[in-house]
Amino acid sequence: MSLVKVLIVDDHRLFRAGVRAELGNAVEVVGEAEDVESAVAEIARLQPDVVLLDVHMPGGGGQEVLRRVLGSGAQVRFLALSVSDAADDVIGVIRGGARGYVTKTISGRELADAIRRVAEGDAVFSPRLAGFVLDAFASTEAPPIDPELDSLTQREREVLRLIARGYAYKEIARELFISVKTVETHVSSVLRKLQLSNRHELSRWANARRLV
Amino acid sequence: MADRQTLRDAPTPSPEDNPGYPRLTRPVEGRLVAGVAQGAAEQLRLDPVVLRLTFVLLTMANGLGAVAYAALWLFTPQREHEGPPPSRDWSQLAAFGAIAFALLAIGWLTGSPGSPNQSITAWPVAVAGIGALILWQQADPNRRQRWMRGASSGAGKNRVRTVLGMALVVIGAIGVLAAEGGLAQARNALLFTAVVVGGLILIATPWLAGLWKELRQERRERIRQEERAEMAAHVHDSVLHTLTLIQRNAHDSREVSRLARAQERELRNWLYQPKQDADATLAAAVRRVAAEEEDAHGVPIEVVCVGDRPLDPQLSAILQAARQAMVNAAKYSESPVVSVYAEAEPEEITIFVRDRGKGFDLDAVPADRMGIRQSIIGRMERHGGTARIRTEPGEGTEVMLTMKLETQ
Repeated sequence: MSLVKVLIVDDHRLFRAGVRAELGNAVEVVGEAEDVESAVAEIARLQPDVVLLDVHMPGGGGQEVLRRVLGSGAQVRFLALSVSDAADDVIGVIRGGARGYVTKTISGRELADAIRRVAEGDAVFSPRLAGFVLDAFASTEAPPIDPELDSLTQREREVLRLIARGYAYKEIARELFISVKTVETHVSSVLRKLQLSNRHELSRWANARRLV
Repeated sequence: MADRQTLRDAPTPSPEDNPGYPRLTRPVEGRLVAGVAQGAAEQLRLDPVVLRLTFVLLTMANGLGAVAYAALWLFTPQREHEGPPPSRDWSQLAAFGAIAFALLAIGWLTGSPGSPNQSITAWPVAVAGIGALILWQQADPNRRQRWMRGASSGAGKNRVRTVLGMALVVIGAIGVLAAEGGLAQARNALLFTAVVVGGLILIATPWLAGLWKELRQERRERIRQEERAEMAAHVHDSVLHTLTLIQRNAHDSREVSRLARAQERELRNWLYQPKQDADATLAAAVRRVAAEEEDAHGVPIEVVCVGDRPLDPQLSAILQAARQAMVNAAKYSESPVVSVYAEAEPEEITIFVRDRGKGFDLDAVPADRMGIRQSIIGRMERHGGTARIRTEPGEGTEVMLTMKLETQ
């Protein structure tokens, strides 16, 4: 399999250089962009497999990039990478179409791994995002409008808990006696619910709680 | 302090900083009653005795002095004073009391100055005067200047309006005078009074509106400046301080990363966390414990919390056990990072502390090692909870703490 083509979008030059160095030869970094405009242009020009997207940027941030690129029907995949801990930012980019969220403290090896996963169409949840999702779906004050989309299955909940506890997918598979592929299926299913659920509590919760 | 000043670097000097015109305050030194006369005298650059005599005379005339004094007392802030309050000059106070008493006696004997009729007509004027006085002394000198400037420039710009208003006032006044002849013309008098009032409103409206707008704008500006000052103070106390420490410890990479982590955590809390009391909820308490151990041992502790509940004594055992588990992981596991996951459900609390360090053989732990047996397992069992430890050499360690909640 050829190397995954990656575009790094972040408004800090030093950070882009750091990520590039950390990724090394694990992926092929085809370009960089520093704001919404150049990100949209570079994605159209370079056709990367995965875009590493900063959440906070001048000109509307990562959500604006997602809206413009995915809105035009492009097939590129996004992985959000941010220092932000605000739940509404995180839930915002995921609902905007990013296939995962990792914090900037992630190691180079883990990041390369996450990029490969996203390139293959899987979802990537950091422990923190898993915690956010559990919290959002746990609030049961309102009855779900669409039971399929608005609640998590027992298995999905277990998988998310293990992610939140700091387990890698391989360890989760071993723990639950399932294959790594099945873990990925569960995570992708949670991602789909997170993106499609109209559960108003998701947005309300994200705005009101701002929990880490 | 010097660098904090430059950080704030306010674009316009705030009125309070203007040294020439202090705002009216009541000093503690040299006061006789509440320091009103002393303060006013300082601002007007008069001898306080003059003002005190004025207050006494006005009080004897129709009570006005006392009312004015009380109003000023109420609306003037006391000047900050350090140390014990100095004692009052009682002899001077007695002298003023004697003067007041003498005046009262004369007034009563001659029956003229303090007569009820006179004070009744004087009251409305007195109230208006006191109101103006309060307004005036509340304003700082810069604002006063702006008021005056605003009034004159407003009049200059709207010359037509001013002239028209003036004309109306004059016509009205002539009308009132003309109408005063007979009661039959009371209607006319009323009409002209209305014209006078209309004219006055016409003159004053733009000025009042401008004043109102300016006051609101100034308030907004002040709020913004306060926020900016708070931000600057925070950045100074935390971030700049940490950066200095990092430079000083540049040779010690462990200390540098510890400092950076602690600062990052603190800044994140400040930016993203709702203001909460660390002793009020479980999630906040878990985060605080993790922060303390992270600082103490220099190993990053990542915390994820799901759900929350108010902290009660029931939960202190699980918190202490979790702390011990974090200490063990940070001190002995050699893991680069420790993960903590706390979940609050309606019936139970679970906390997981996990590291990816070297692990150990649980059966080989000597019986006298208190950390795990007593502080974690024993403590949880004594309080009706459970603790499970999963570890193997080379596989890292996970401590799982569960506490069922007594539902009332």
